[in-house]
Amino acid sequence: MGQAIAFYTLAACILGFGVLVITAKNTVHSVMFLVVNFLFVAGLYVLLGAQFLAVIQVVVYAGGIVVLYLFVVMLVNLKRPPEAHQDRRRRGRLGVTCSLVVLAELVAIAAYKYVSPAAGLPPALPMGPDNVAQVGMLLYTDYLIPFELASMLLLVAMVGAIVLAKRDL
Amino acid sequence: MIDLLVIPLIKIVIVLTGVLITVMYLVLLERKVQAWVQVRLGPMRVGPHGVLQPIADVLKLFVKEDITPVRADKVVFTLAPIIVLVPAIIAFAVIPFGDQVSIFGKPVPLHIADLNVGLLYIVAVASIGIYGIILGGWSSNSKYPLLGALRASAQLISYEVAVTLTFVSVILVSGSLSMVDIVTAQKANGVWFAFVQPLALSIYFVGALAETNRSPFDLPEAEQELVAGFHTEYSGMRFALFFLAEYANMIVVSAVATTLFFGGWLRPFPSVAFLHFLDFVPTWIWFVVKTFLVLYLFLWIRATLPRYRYDQLMRLGWKVLIPLAIANIIVTAAVKVALSD
Amino acid sequence: MEPDVARPMFDTDELVINMGPQHPATHGVLRVVLKLDGEKVVDADVVIGYLHRGVEKLSENRDWTQIVLLTDRLDYVASAAANLAYVETVEKLLSLEVPRRARYIRTILAELQRLASHLVWLGSHAMDIGAVTVFLYCLRERELILDLFEEYCGARLTYNSMRIGGLPQDLPPNWDKKVLQFCDIQLEKLVEYETLLTHNRIWLERTKGIGVISAADAIAVGLCGPPLRGSGVVRDVRKDEPYAAYAEMEFDVPVGTNGDTYDRYLVRLEEIRQSVRIIRQALGGLPEGPVMGKVPRLIKPPAGETYHANESPKGEIGYFIASDGKSTSPYRLRVRPPSFCNLQALPQLVRGHLVADVIALIGTIDIVLGEVDR
Repeated sequence: MGQAIAFYTLAACILGFGVLVITAKNTVHSVMFLVVNFLFVAGLYVLLGAQFLAVIQVVVYAGGIVVLYLFVVMLVNLKRPPEAHQDRRRRGRLGVTCSLVVLAELVAIAAYKYVSPAAGLPPALPMGPDNVAQVGMLLYTDYLIPFELASMLLLVAMVGAIVLAKRDL
Repeated sequence: MIDLLVIPLIKIVIVLTGVLITVMYLVLLERKVQAWVQVRLGPMRVGPHGVLQPIADVLKLFVKEDITPVRADKVVFTLAPIIVLVPAIIAFAVIPFGDQVSIFGKPVPLHIADLNVGLLYIVAVASIGIYGIILGGWSSNSKYPLLGALRASAQLISYEVAVTLTFVSVILVSGSLSMVDIVTAQKANGVWFAFVQPLALSIYFVGALAETNRSPFDLPEAEQELVAGFHTEYSGMRFALFFLAEYANMIVVSAVATTLFFGGWLRPFPSVAFLHFLDFVPTWIWFVVKTFLVLYLFLWIRATLPRYRYDQLMRLGWKVLIPLAIANIIVTAAVKVALSD
Repeated sequence: MEPDVARPMFDTDELVINMGPQHPATHGVLRVVLKLDGEKVVDADVVIGYLHRGVEKLSENRDWTQIVLLTDRLDYVASAAANLAYVETVEKLLSLEVPRRARYIRTILAELQRLASHLVWLGSHAMDIGAVTVFLYCLRERELILDLFEEYCGARLTYNSMRIGGLPQDLPPNWDKKVLQFCDIQLEKLVEYETLLTHNRIWLERTKGIGVISAADAIAVGLCGPPLRGSGVVRDVRKDEPYAAYAEMEFDVPVGTNGDTYDRYLVRLEEIRQSVRIIRQALGGLPEGPVMGKVPRLIKPPAGETYHANESPKGEIGYFIASDGKSTSPYRLRVRPPSFCNLQALPQLVRGHLVADVIALIGTIDIVLGEVDR
């Protein structure tokens, strides 16, 4: 019961702040709402007993990535909306396409669930509150290749960004 | 009920008051230490040798006019000091001030919470504090604060990486992320981690100086360059909150240094048997003494060194500290694997 | 909104910031308008005049002795140097002979003043770069110099310590011993400053290669004094056109090699040593005799004009004075203020450096706004 209340409160907050992120007029405010949103997501992880994940969520997303967002937002003058936003028809088309993609995804998930219920999910692991070691074990054994691929991707992105920004290396 | 609510509440109140009073007197100590280094007397007028100066300062800040610039973003401008202060204070939740003591026959551990991810919790909380600085600089709608805020965010992010990497090497030695376990691991090993991880300690200390905006890395608020950096437009109580947060952060990083590298609440030479007579000193006193020695180092450095330039600071962080910290992790891990075989 | 092709995708305009006139590190009321690209200085515009009091115009309505008071208020960190340059110019106009003892004492006062000025410079320059302690150490020694001046002429900042034709009074008893004592203290404490700065890595990184100006450029832009010598130009009015008793003194003119902020710092530190050397020589060979020459009761120089320069702590301070031979005040007086001339180089020095360096560079040219604005 208590868990359910906590979950629904958190979920409502996450959704609420998510809406605020996209509706806020001021870009900096919208970034702030995003931070709050991430903090509530971290709360969700705590509720699930994944303290490690919750803290990592705060460190990486709320503390690291969004700070960089804020940096960009503050440095770049965003008073002039990009051209894409000025064309109403183009904006409408873009919206419709996005919604269709999301709808298709939802339908696909529902259909998949209907065809083979509970398949595809890995068996739940017995995880205590001290799950740091377990997460580490999993990352470096079963999920080693995705993990390394992700880090490769980040490295490539970083190199790319530097090459783009600094033409005369 | 008592264990779950009352005792933690009492502890929170004690820690909160303790931190606030320590901050007040840390400011006085800083002024006194600086004065002594600089052949001055420091505050002498309020109370004997200026001991009541902090109270006068606080009163002054309370009654000062609180100015909000006309073109500032008012909500963010008000929120920013709070965003800085709250993480600085809640970080104390996981710091173990001492061993268990028994009060009325009841064992009471001298920390508010022993999270199994305590060290990461501190990193997480510290990373949230950056927002207050950036937003404070941005919302002032003024150029010097904005420059200060940009410097601050770039500096904090870079040095956070280095500091977090030193944590990793400590975790490798202790085998736990819990602050209490790290101290007990030092007891079990019979040696402070300062001697096991001297490089990590030096990197941590430099990083901590930078993270708390202390000299020689006090660029975000470099008085001679950016007037007062991100809090140029702040006055009165809101300025006081920034001030409070800065000093609270200094205490946090010193307490973390004590816990990770100087054996926390342990007495000196925890494994030397004939020094057992030192055990009559309560454990929390050892902790406080060690923390203050680290803090003294902060003050001493401020009185001695000139300030780095922004680009030099970034170069030091990214080209020296971070590679060193990574190398340290690799060596530590290799040694650990070699020893475990 | 019309499409604006020329504009880059990300709007990175230059940021224009006003450094001063209210700023903790512009040494008074200097205003520098900086054009920044990020933190890099693209251009700098020096705005002066906030402290203009019209000293030159005022002089046309004061009689010749009263003007000494006005010269106090030019470079208020080194007023004795400004006094000396002025009275010597008038003496040149009058073709007055100044007693030898007076010339020796003037030399001592001028060198003590150089020490005081260089100490203030070192302290504030170090403080601008973040070494606050050096500032207080420097002021500690300057205090002793101020005490010496107070004992000599009663004032601590604006001395009015020279008279046309000589000096207001002879040295107080035992003053020379106190000066010698101070010289020992000064040399000893100089080592203390050097321990804090000269080999400090942060100090080196902040000053080496910052604001480099070549010897040719330094001459072209009109630098004088220590900044000029820092670029390797051997030019010191005390050596080249000796005045007071400098012709009889033995001292070296230190010069730098790279023309950067660090070299200018070294040059000034060495000048402190040389000043102590000059003071010791002058006190050792102090001749007996009167301190005031034969000066007419009413000072009225013959019609004509002259220019005479001295080496003040900041550089070459000169007075151009025209007399019409009829009135008891100058027809025209013009000051060549070293701070003003050195300040000209600031935009050239700061271009391409960072905001933090601007502060270091304002410090390194050692300006006093009272003298810049007059």
